[in-house]
Amino acid sequence: MAAGFKTVEPLEYYRRFLKENCHPDGRELGEFRTTTVNIGSISTADGSALVKLGNTTVICGIKAEFAAPPTDAPDKGYVVPNVDLPPLCSLRFRSGPPREEAQVASQFIADVIENSQIIQKEDLCISPGKLSWVLYCDIICLDYDGNILDACTFALLAALENVQLPEVTINEETGLAEVNLKKKSYLNIRTHPVATSFAVFDDTLLIVDPTGEEEHLATGTLTVVMDEEGKLCCLHKPGGSGLTGAKLQDCMSRAVTRHKEVKKMMDEVIKSMKPK
Amino acid sequence: SPRLHVGSGAVEGAMQADAKIRTESATESGPRGPSCSLRHFACEQNLLSRPDGSASFLQGDTSVLAGVYGPAEVKVSKEIFNKATLEVILRPKIGLPGVAEKSRERLIRNTCEAVVLGTLHPRTSITVVLQVVSDAGSLLACCLNAACMALVDAGVPMRALFCGVTCALNADGTLVLDPTAKQEKEARAVLTLALDSVERKLLMSTTKGLYSDAELQQCLAAAQAASQHVFRFYRESLQRRYSKS
Repeated sequence: MAAGFKTVEPLEYYRRFLKENCHPDGRELGEFRTTTVNIGSISTADGSALVKLGNTTVICGIKAEFAAPPTDAPDKGYVVPNVDLPPLCSLRFRSGPPREEAQVASQFIADVIENSQIIQKEDLCISPGKLSWVLYCDIICLDYDGNILDACTFALLAALENVQLPEVTINEETGLAEVNLKKKSYLNIRTHPVATSFAVFDDTLLIVDPTGEEEHLATGTLTVVMDEEGKLCCLHKPGGSGLTGAKLQDCMSRAVTRHKEVKKMMDEVIKSMKPK
Repeated sequence: SPRLHVGSGAVEGAMQADAKIRTESATESGPRGPSCSLRHFACEQNLLSRPDGSASFLQGDTSVLAGVYGPAEVKVSKEIFNKATLEVILRPKIGLPGVAEKSRERLIRNTCEAVVLGTLHPRTSITVVLQVVSDAGSLLACCLNAACMALVDAGVPMRALFCGVTCALNADGTLVLDPTAKQEKEARAVLTLALDSVERKLLMSTTKGLYSDAELQQCLAAAQAASQHVFRFYRESLQRRYSKS
């Protein structure tokens, strides 16, 4: 009977739960789904991470290659993110060129990398004007159940922590690069941006970590990316119902607590990763 | 430093409605108080003949041309049974549209969807086409303003008007509204906010750079104050247009 009601009037069905301040799956309105992270699963990539946020599964693989540095910034390298939402993850995505959703997510990740200065691009330079690293970050969604931006940001952060770049020296006589695969070093991750997404229902109620169905029924979404000092890297609110300053303040405080939760998880991951 | 406008008033020549088939109305912003530091803005409506509504919005040297087609026929694959399907196309000044344009289109589309009463025109499409004519800073805000004016010109039912305001935060913490391209580059953070006219709530926000929570609230308050001037300009612009025809 409940399944029938859900199909016919999905919004009313959700409202019944929201009135009791919980999700249909029993979560509180301010609670995140179970988050798990697994790093180093792809052996062919220089760094990788798999993040599961409830049912949403996102994997990030990072490959490092050589490139000539940009002419307007000869002492910098590149970080190129790309988010892919293949038909595998959800019925709504068909095969073909990247859909708007994937492009928006790619742009969002690029903005987060740029704004938060997660790694200094100068660290990626090997020889100014001649050679630098380019990190291709491919984020692929394996299962889409809402809140893709949080999962992608977390996957990217975990994968970057995992990346090991070999030492490169330029041979003066030949001018060629010599890669020493035996000596690898981790990247210098300066900040840890963590994304917290909210969905707005009926212009008033804010819920954290929306699932796929909730995103569809919501009247607006908001994503806040915060680093450890409480500085905001990104406040992404693509339209939707209006929010007052006070509601934004509540979102900020929730984002701060979420950052602590994620940071704790990241620290455990890093500890397990480093050689004993 | 506050930049006061020069001149005000509608373009008198264009208001001879009987001589022209289409009336064009152009208005420029009136005098603003010393606390407001928005650049001079001007708006011209109904300048294109094919779209149902069109508007050109000028902010300082940034200029965007918007055209609205709708409510019109929609492809069956895109139709929504109880609402109008909104589509936004943003063309940059040079080059082909890329991922950044797609991201901006999504922001503008969601902002318009929040205010347009789509349920009055189910199974139709409303298309907003924006062309960047010149970019001298605060481009996204100018696009939002042009889109709003074009939607009004087309007669699309909306529950509120919206406007875009850009705030730039410098390294020393000072706030500059409606920055030029040079100011945007030198700023530590640039926030573009869209506010609605009824309750000045935040409809859309996109930011660049690092800033604190308190600075966000400060920018929001400044944007709300600046939006009053923009909404008053919208109202004056429309009053002038409809009073003489």
